[in-house]
Formats: sequence, C-alpha cells, structure tokens
Amino acid sequence: MKVTIDGQSVEVEPGTTILQAARMIGGESVPPAMCYYSKLKGTGGKCRCCLVEVSKGSEADPRPMPKLMASCVTGCMDGMEVNSKNSDRVTEARKAVTEFLLINHPLDCPVCDQAGECNLQDLSFEHGKPETRFIEEKRTFEPENIGDKIQLHMNRCILCQRCVQVAEQLTDDRVHGVLNRGDHAQISTCVSAAIDNEFSGNMIDVCPVGALTDKTFRFKSRVWFNKPFNAHRECTTPGCCGKTTLWMFGNEIQRVTGRKDQYGEVEDFICNTCRFDKKEVSDWTIEGPKKFDKDSVINQNNYTRKTEKVVINTEENILQGREEDRKKISMAAIPLKNNDSK
Amino acid sequence: MAVEQISLSGRKKVVSNKEMTFIEKIYLLTILKGLWITLKHLFRRKVTIKYPEEIREMSPVYRGQHMLMRDDEGRERCTACGLCALSCPAEAITMKAEERKPEEKHLYREEKYASIYEINMLRCIFCGLCEEACPKEAIFLTKSKKIANADYSREDFIFGKDKLVMPLEMAINNTKSNTAN
Repeated sequence: MKVTIDGQSVEVEPGTTILQAARMIGGESVPPAMCYYSKLKGTGGKCRCCLVEVSKGSEADPRPMPKLMASCVTGCMDGMEVNSKNSDRVTEARKAVTEFLLINHPLDCPVCDQAGECNLQDLSFEHGKPETRFIEEKRTFEPENIGDKIQLHMNRCILCQRCVQVAEQLTDDRVHGVLNRGDHAQISTCVSAAIDNEFSGNMIDVCPVGALTDKTFRFKSRVWFNKPFNAHRECTTPGCCGKTTLWMFGNEIQRVTGRKDQYGEVEDFICNTCRFDKKEVSDWTIEGPKKFDKDSVINQNNYTRKTEKVVINTEENILQGREEDRKKISMAAIPLKNNDSK
Repeated sequence: MAVEQISLSGRKKVVSNKEMTFIEKIYLLTILKGLWITLKHLFRRKVTIKYPEEIREMSPVYRGQHMLMRDDEGRERCTACGLCALSCPAEAITMKAEERKPEEKHLYREEKYASIYEINMLRCIFCGLCEEACPKEAIFLTKSKKIANADYSREDFIFGKDKLVMPLEMAINNTKSNTAN
C-alpha cells in the first residue's frame, strides 16, 4: 500500500498506522505522541497530540475525512494522502491540545527530575503558547508514597495511561490503574500496595512527563549534567535484556535507564535489579558514549568528540613557506615549456 | 631578491650597526630630550585614579557581585534547577541539590533547594547570563560596586552560599519597605 504524508510517499504493510508510516519517512512530518508507545500494545488515542489531516481517504474512496484523525490509531489505506506539518488546521489543533494538556500540569520544571528529557517540554516548546489563559486553580492531589524505588507526582500526570499498560503487559498482576473519572481521574495503586514486581521500574521510562520518576535519582543531578553511556551486563532475570544507558557523574553511576531512541521510547525493557541495584562501575561493561540529537540539551558541556592535536611550525614556514610552494612563488624558471598546451 | 628581504607590509627595516659619533656617545642630548618629555607629561591631565580611595563612576548597566535572593518571607528562592550553570559560558557555577525536609519549610521556597551553590569568581566574566536564565528570579548581579576582593589563595575566590545568599536583615528591610508602600 502506498501512503503519502506531506507529499512524501512510502510503501507500507496493511495494518500500519499513519504514525508508524510517518516514522518510516522520518523528519519533521512525524506527529508528536504523548500516549502512543510502539513497544506497548493498546496504547494511543488518548492525548490527541498526533492529530493529522487526511485530505484523501483512499484510492477507492477519495473523499477527505471531515475531522482531524489521531494518527496513532488510524490505519493506512491504499493511496491515502495525509497532511501533518503542511496543514494549518493540524498546527492549530496541536496548539489547542498542548494548551489543554498544560491546564493542569504544574509549572515546576525547575524542580522536576524529568526536565531535559520530558516529552511535554518538547511538545510545548514546539506547539505551546508562552503565556497561559487559565486563571482557575490547578488540579492538585495529596502526595502519595508508592514505594521506595518509584516517586509518584500525581499533579504532573497527563493521564496517558502508558504506565498502566506497562503494569498490565510486563508484570504479572497489575496493582495500579486509573481511579475516578474526568477531572478527578488519577493513577494510583488500587490497594496502596507497594510495587515490588521486577519490571515495575519501566513505568519510569515510559512516563512522558515527570509523574513517575526514579527515587534513587531524586534531586541528585539535572539530566544534562550527567554523561550518558551505553552499557550492558549479563542479567539473569528472565525477560531482561541487560542493555542500558548509564547516567554518570564523574565515576559515579547516578541513574540507570533503558536505551531510548529518538522518539523517547526504550529499545527493550530492563528489570529493577539492573535499574536500581547495580550502581557500581564494575557491574557494567561500558560500550561508549550515547549519541543524542544535535540540539538536545543533554549534549551541553559534553566534550566527547575526538580533538586533533595541532602542531604549529612557525618560524621557518611563515618566513619562507613550504618547500614545494616556495618553488611556485619564486618561479625560478618558466614552468611551461613552449610546446606545452596552456 | 632573497625571500628574507621582501617586505610585504613595507615596514620591514634592516638594522644597521653603524658606529656612534662622539656627541652621540656622551648621551647628553638624548637625556635632555627624554627629560623634556617627562616634564611635558607632569603638567598633563592624569588618566589614573587613586583606586581604593577614589572609585570611578559606574555605567548604569554595570553588573557586580552575585546575590541569591530571598522572597518576602525570607525564604531562599533558588531551587537548584541548574539553568544558571548551564547558561554560564565560563562554567563558573556548580551546585548540589537536596530535598527540603518538612521542618525546613520556612527556609526554602520550593521542594528542592541548593545545599551547595558555588561561583568561582576567578572564572566568572560577569556577563549576566545566569541572571537571565534563572526561572525563579533567584540570582541577580548586584550594583554593589563589588566584584571580588583581593585575596591570596585560589580557594578564597570560590564563593559559597555564605557569601552569596542575601543577608537576612536585608530581606527583612526589603519586606518592610515593600509592605509600607
């Protein structure tokens, strides 16, 4: 099947969503996604950030779709034409969605540990307004302790429900979910039971905002002061790949996360032993520094590039030039012979 | 012409080793010439000032030593977000954050605070980017006419919170004058 997104065509398998097709093309036409997570089943369709305009439904039925579609849950049709970055309607809609998401999100980025790798920060940087129109009180929740490994800040939650899907798909028995409805909806452990499953730590990586953060890293450093390294270890936990990113400060491992790709999604899930307990350099085989996008804040103050050593030979070269150049400049003899072609 | 003698700037001179004459050898004329120059400068306007007693007038956009502000209730505003250190082109600022305990609510405004905040005054170039980056209006470059006092060791120029945080009396006075208005 052929799909055209922002004028760029791509061949896709049946059953691919528009978002996945856009990611195959890459670049600026990829819609932002706050709730969709390609490694988890059943995510998507909640945040409405990834709205796109379908200007031609399919080859069989070329009528445009009347409303903007959520690209993460809309399947591709043969001959479909989609506008993402090109469409003003889409830009306007994404602006509105961002404003809605920020209504109840506290402005505590200076305190939040997610700042610098936060999907909502990226989204509002691209689509948000510099000022707020919301004058009412923000929704707040009582702080709740959900164990000594994971910190829950319910105020920051945007209810993407990725963490609920992690609990359902990676762990044996789900102990947390969404409570209440509408404005009062919140993520919580239903019986206030501490999360002690081996894979529960992955909800930190999946969380697009700072609602679920690593308690062992809490306020230790800002993400851009750490130096990220790819590393691996032989992990005996079944289902754990053992491939991680270490966030180091000097020789100290301050935090361990899964390896995230350019869309902020982990390549593979890791167990809690790797994440919380292995904080010694001797536990890990370090592969090398992790690369980030050129304009990512995490690249700040990183001098990991190889620098060439410059040797300057002043005196003689400056005065006389190189041996081979000197001959050309002073032109001891006419270089071209009479019968040479010019 | 040999390459050594080419003068692309036109200012290259060949030094001569000419023998001096008798009058040149006694140096009397050259000394008098030099003294005349000294004498002329004695009666000119002075360009220097006697620094510690006299202080030159500062520009209105002048930036002096940093201060970490307190809010109306005397709590420290800084929340150790690290943006000042990030924006600092001289990499002069370091900090370490800590979580506020419930009994410290009257000391720090936010949940997180800077337990260590250091500015290396030898590195600082007083550009004011930290002030511009600060989201909490916590760090300001004052007009205190102070930059950093002279001292003997390098460690003395690393200013910690003891030298940077606004004195409590100043905060009290500020609040008083604000409420009076």
